[in-house]
Amino acid sequence: MHKLLTEESGRELLLLGNEAIARGALEAGVSFTTCYPGTPSSEIPDQFFRISQETDLYFEYSTNEKVALEVGAGAAISGLRTMVTMKHVGLNVASDPLMTLAYLGVKGGMVIINADDPFCFSSQNEQDNRYYARLSSLPMLEPTNVQEMKDMTVAAFDLSEELELPVIIRTTTRLNHISAAVKLGDLRPVKTKDTFQKNPFHFVAVPAVSRNLHKLLLEKYNRALEKSEKWPGNQIIGNGRWGIVANGVSFNYASDAVSDLGISDKVSILKLGFSWPLPKDLCTHFLKQVDKVLVVEELEPVMENDLKAIAQESGITIPIKGKGVGGLSRLFEYDPGMVRKAVAEYFGVAYKKPEMHDLLDIPELPGRPPNLCAGCPHRATYYSVKQVYGPDAIYPTDIGCYTLGLLPPISMADLVICMGSSVSTGCGFSRATDQKVVSFIGDSTFFHSGITGLLNAVHNNHKFTLVILDNGTTAMTGHQPHPGVDTEPMGVNLTRVPVEDIVRGCGVKDVHVVRPFKLKKTIEAVKATMEYDGMSVIISKELCPLFAKAVGRFKKTRPFYVNHNKCKNHRDCINLLACPAMYLDGDQVEIDENLCIGCSVCAQVCPENAILPLKA
Amino acid sequence: METKRLVFIGVGGQGNLLASRLVGEAALSLGIPAVVSEIHGMAQRGGIVESAVLLGEVTSPIVSNAEADVLIGFEPLETLRSLGKCNKDTLIITNTHPLPPFTVAAGQGKYPPVDKSLELIRSKAKKVIALDGNAMANEAGNPLSLNMVMLGALIGSGAIPIGAEDMKKTISTSTKKAFLESNLKAFDLGMQSAN
Repeated sequence: MHKLLTEESGRELLLLGNEAIARGALEAGVSFTTCYPGTPSSEIPDQFFRISQETDLYFEYSTNEKVALEVGAGAAISGLRTMVTMKHVGLNVASDPLMTLAYLGVKGGMVIINADDPFCFSSQNEQDNRYYARLSSLPMLEPTNVQEMKDMTVAAFDLSEELELPVIIRTTTRLNHISAAVKLGDLRPVKTKDTFQKNPFHFVAVPAVSRNLHKLLLEKYNRALEKSEKWPGNQIIGNGRWGIVANGVSFNYASDAVSDLGISDKVSILKLGFSWPLPKDLCTHFLKQVDKVLVVEELEPVMENDLKAIAQESGITIPIKGKGVGGLSRLFEYDPGMVRKAVAEYFGVAYKKPEMHDLLDIPELPGRPPNLCAGCPHRATYYSVKQVYGPDAIYPTDIGCYTLGLLPPISMADLVICMGSSVSTGCGFSRATDQKVVSFIGDSTFFHSGITGLLNAVHNNHKFTLVILDNGTTAMTGHQPHPGVDTEPMGVNLTRVPVEDIVRGCGVKDVHVVRPFKLKKTIEAVKATMEYDGMSVIISKELCPLFAKAVGRFKKTRPFYVNHNKCKNHRDCINLLACPAMYLDGDQVEIDENLCIGCSVCAQVCPENAILPLKA
Repeated sequence: METKRLVFIGVGGQGNLLASRLVGEAALSLGIPAVVSEIHGMAQRGGIVESAVLLGEVTSPIVSNAEADVLIGFEPLETLRSLGKCNKDTLIITNTHPLPPFTVAAGQGKYPPVDKSLELIRSKAKKVIALDGNAMANEAGNPLSLNMVMLGALIGSGAIPIGAEDMKKTISTSTKKAFLESNLKAFDLGMQSAN
């Protein structure tokens, strides 16, 4: 049995933040969960993927976040408790249904988990999605620790059902990926089916209906505001005259700073967990009881600006500051030392900074950037394309492991905006320049949002080459399936839609399916695309070796070694491929037989045929 | 109890995330408040993997520069790179077995000699425990048990209020049977090297 299904209420388990959210949803009686995976949110749906295989709870990895939210909307409007999970940039994709679903509302509780990523640990930007709550008028909850991630998820379902509105829970990477003890609650009964009650003049958002729905949303917003004013998690801690306002993970930094500095008797902290609608009366009350305020919030000065507006309305003139104090900025993550320094500076408290070492005598150290794995098929595909198109072609790329093609010696990534952008920007580049264009996209990303770009390319007569790196999984986020995957080895039986069928269905005439470890044939196919006057697609098919190992489909092949009698030390292998299984022993290239998976690409690249399979 | 801030640093595949989680599990079993923090995703593809464990009455889940009480480095170059986390009172436990990054093979930098790195590390800390963790893992019969060696050294150092028996109990409940014996042996070897 999955550990999150335990009925031992009251027991304490060490849970990852994302597991705590999953448990919270189970305790709330969720029966319908959808997602598109994305770090740092992926472990939530991964729990439900396994849980759905041993229960009657419905779960799906949807093709993208917009689809996930719309599938979830169908379930929640029918009356089921529904959860939809995504990373912050995923909510951009889902923002279209989000804005109008807010008008329609829901019947069964619906919780949208939105995971922000300050510092861009695994993302293309660090946008602050608290603005989405303001944009959509939907309630937003922000937990500060793992226990709250569980408890708030339960509460969010109840709140959603009561207000008949989706509720957004906003986390950040630090919360998703910390583990701590969580006290479990009861699992509530689950309703897995309901009946949709027709009401077209409520659910069909044509202008005449929407005008009324907007009014209804504002009424619900006002009810949500009443709730947030009385929410027990929105609280003032302490009764000193120095005010601190904090949310999310920053609340911990602020409260630790106050105890480290020994100023608990001088400080009041306003902790905002139900942070939108902002509890205006509570904030006013707080502003009246303090002499000055420091706002501790990562990324944008959202609460800071709101508090200044509230102060203005009530004629309160105390200083309210956040960004610009100490090291507090709109950039990156905060940390305990940074917040302690800001609190000490702002309130004029003496404190001893921990003594840092003088590290000037440490020599410059070689970097250890992330790298494509040994035997990664992307490396082979990149090599073949570069042999034909050279370093000067434009290489738009996309979101996935293959974005690591940015690094030398591959150096074949010229532009990334968002998922699917490789295909559409390829259209723009090929029209706006006379340069050759080869776009790269992974299979899961292609299904997510590359298909519409490809249709556009065909319909508008664009001429460039799209390489679809089909490694049979969503590799970067932890090997989740997608529509092109054979899911049988993963224990489920979902209908497979081959990438090639989609590509041909989009109207592409010049389609090549290659096995990237066969360099000669792959290079021939790449050459053919260079000569073709139109839109070409290469589908480069080879399973991600990590995924193949995980599902027992890895075919063991003999690792390779360097025969030093033949090797003339050209080092094409190391210099062109940068496979991490290779290393230098003195002046000689060697292959680590434990890392080598026997893909043979280096053996095909070696001009001396000096790389050979190890004898059994 | 006094707050303890531990930083684990290693290279993808060395198992430092599991080591930090096991410390968290053992702390939970003893009723010691613990927060374990880790980073997933792109950073893990052959890159540096950092995790942290905070024990005691502290709610912040990460460790700022110069604030680690213990730094557990699974690779000497990475220990050296992480000295910014340490202050003069930090206990440093480091593996001495080098794992040169690929950039070295590609000619983009030189791997610093291990003895030179250790000398620099020792010049920054009062107490350094340096051990060839890979050799001990091999001796224990499982090259993948490096994380158990490092965990053994941490417990053996006495830096945190978790005893060997409690730690071993946690290891036993979270290890596959086939690896249990070698894991416990690796743990013991690490522990002896810290005494």
